[in-house]
Amino acid sequence: MTSTDGAILIRGARLLGGEAGDLLLAEGVIAATGAAAAADAPVGTERVDADGLVALPGLVDLHTHLREPGREDAETVETGTLAAALGGFTAVHAMANTEPVADTAGVVEQVWRLGREAGWCDVHPVGAVTVGIAGQRLAELGAMADSAARVRVFSDDGHCVSDAVLMRRALEYVKAFDGVVAQHAQEPRLTDGAQMNEGELSGRLGLTGWPAVAEEAIVARDALLAAHVGSRLHVCHVSTEGSVEIIRWAKSKGWDVTAEVTPHHLLLTDELAASYDPVYKVNPPLRTEADVQVLRAGLADGTIDAVATDHAPHPVEDKECEWAAAAMGMLGLQTALSVVQEAMVDTGLLSWADVADRMSTRPARIGRVAGQGGSLATGDPANVVLVDPAARRVVHAGESASLSRNTPYVGRKLPGRVVATYLRGRATVLDGKPVEQRMGVGAGQ
Amino acid sequence: MIRHLLSAADLDHEQAIRFLDTAAELRALADRPIKKLPTLRGRTVVNLFFEDSTRTRISFEAAAKRLSADVINFSARGSSVSKGESLKDTALTLQAMGADAVVVRHQSSGAPHRLAASGWVDGSVVNAGDGTHEHPTQALLDAFTLRRHLAGGSGDLDGRRVTIVGDVLHSRVARSNALLLSTLGADVTLVAPPTLLPVGVDSWPVSTSYDLDATLAKADAVMMLRVQSERGANESFFPSARECSRRYGIDARRMALLPDHAIVLHPGPMNRGVEITAEVADSTRSVIVEQVSNGVAIRMAVLYLLLSGSDIVEQPEALPLVAAQEEAQEAFA
Repeated sequence: MTSTDGAILIRGARLLGGEAGDLLLAEGVIAATGAAAAADAPVGTERVDADGLVALPGLVDLHTHLREPGREDAETVETGTLAAALGGFTAVHAMANTEPVADTAGVVEQVWRLGREAGWCDVHPVGAVTVGIAGQRLAELGAMADSAARVRVFSDDGHCVSDAVLMRRALEYVKAFDGVVAQHAQEPRLTDGAQMNEGELSGRLGLTGWPAVAEEAIVARDALLAAHVGSRLHVCHVSTEGSVEIIRWAKSKGWDVTAEVTPHHLLLTDELAASYDPVYKVNPPLRTEADVQVLRAGLADGTIDAVATDHAPHPVEDKECEWAAAAMGMLGLQTALSVVQEAMVDTGLLSWADVADRMSTRPARIGRVAGQGGSLATGDPANVVLVDPAARRVVHAGESASLSRNTPYVGRKLPGRVVATYLRGRATVLDGKPVEQRMGVGAGQ
Repeated sequence: MIRHLLSAADLDHEQAIRFLDTAAELRALADRPIKKLPTLRGRTVVNLFFEDSTRTRISFEAAAKRLSADVINFSARGSSVSKGESLKDTALTLQAMGADAVVVRHQSSGAPHRLAASGWVDGSVVNAGDGTHEHPTQALLDAFTLRRHLAGGSGDLDGRRVTIVGDVLHSRVARSNALLLSTLGADVTLVAPPTLLPVGVDSWPVSTSYDLDATLAKADAVMMLRVQSERGANESFFPSARECSRRYGIDARRMALLPDHAIVLHPGPMNRGVEITAEVADSTRSVIVEQVSNGVAIRMAVLYLLLSGSDIVEQPEALPLVAAQEEAQEAFA
């Protein structure tokens, strides 16, 4: 049986996808690596045979909708973080668009505490930029930053901070506590009633278009604003070729602009909307094959810093309807690593070490998350995920640990499987199944 | 034969001709004293209208009744839909009542596709207009009308030049016509201000123009689309209904630019004085009233072919339309 507090010796895993080696997890940290690991293992150490598996640092998601408080019919912190652990994540950022909105210290502390109680992974609440994500006046960003939840990422995600003055002030204000504004880049007037990517297909299907320029105009404006006031900007779910070009240009200027891309924007295209099946309805919408290729290239060359899931659970009735009436969003936590393997690793665009960088190290750095995103070095926190890259599986809705079922990958064969996830040396997932022990509440931080 | 009619793209050339030929045969019925056939006796046709459309609903209702089908009319207003019932629950309710065909009009593009693909209903689904997507039976009746006037009432529309004018962007009639008339060999030109042409229209099987006058001299037919004035006032697609009317409406001067044989169509309801003047609407070139009666014949053909899965031309013995009609006439006499 598994011990939750004892030392664990992971044997023969390909560390960051490279040479096979051992990892000794003890007292919440990686106590030793390589030949020293077996030698240093104390009596009673549990041994895990990881032959053929790839070891990565625990994944960090910058963009997760846990829906609690308010929409516990779609997801709870408990179920969402379980889905995260099964997907190889050891930390998630919970978006602020809950009911009530996470725009006060009270709400972010509640979400943070629920995450600790659940114990599946660390939960870092994202604070709303504006009160009620209404885009009118700044929320108490400092109070959220100073709270027990120690909020560093602020976003009105789901809505764009479209008012240029408000965005400027938010960018300036968060400098006081090294925060970052994560912008949902969507010019609202250009996307009034928008249903899918604006292009030949939207014209044919009679669905109101969501033009690429509505994203790119905001990305460009915000990059200029961030440069002007010397602040950090993070761009959520980049979806278009033009946005990648703008971000590349901003980075070339030395501006502190980072960006994320979702797994689904790396794999799926707007052609799926022709089915009128709302499981493919998401915001920003699925784009064209050309966009997908540029997003992949941007992630490969580091223009896009991170993969973030935008895991967006919705109850069945909000998807089992006509397209226009359906909610936007799709699940992502349990399929993210597989989709990245298919789109980026199996295509030769990223190594596993690069995956660790884009899905753990850099997102942890952007979110200023301590104790996450290491490089499997001795002394790093023992957040580790073991992946079987040779596995193949057909996705079915029933395997979702989320309360919702809105995955766009049902019936699709995806590579890779998360075998085990360790959070500060404690297994949250073993053999692809959750480990139902909650002794690690509040461990570590 | 296809099971559902969701898009004009569902019809290839041969099938489109079959619908038109069947409608031609059924249209002859309209001239008889008893306008009714026993063909769909015992079958149930549901008109499921989530959006007001008296014209289309009564056209389908008349078509179903002339084929002796039982007709259930379900309109969103005053029904459980206004109490928040979902499309799914409404569909399941109708399914429980045993609908053989569901004729659906919905404000959301793709709603008929959802009904057909979801498994919520077993019957044939006929798209009677969905959002800004398609209206395939309107295109069929327009093709039927064009064929009667421009092609001697048979065959296809090879080389006939049809100009469609107005708010193409929001028009399901324009989408379905662009597809169907092209399938039938017509040269279609869409005329609209640039703001009212869909993105990607370059890839459609049509020509486009911003200049109505320039297209009229070569047109065999011109089809005017309804202009919704709120698109101008609230959404800035055009400066004003008056300007839209001046640049893209048809009046006596423009009608005079047409060749002598050319006809004028409108899917209705018309805004007289906006996209079409009374002088044109009431002229001898106007076939707008005839479109309505052709609509019944087309919808009879659609229900007949989808529900019987065969056609009169190939299997006269299976469903002896004319014999049955004569029998009915005799019984009546």
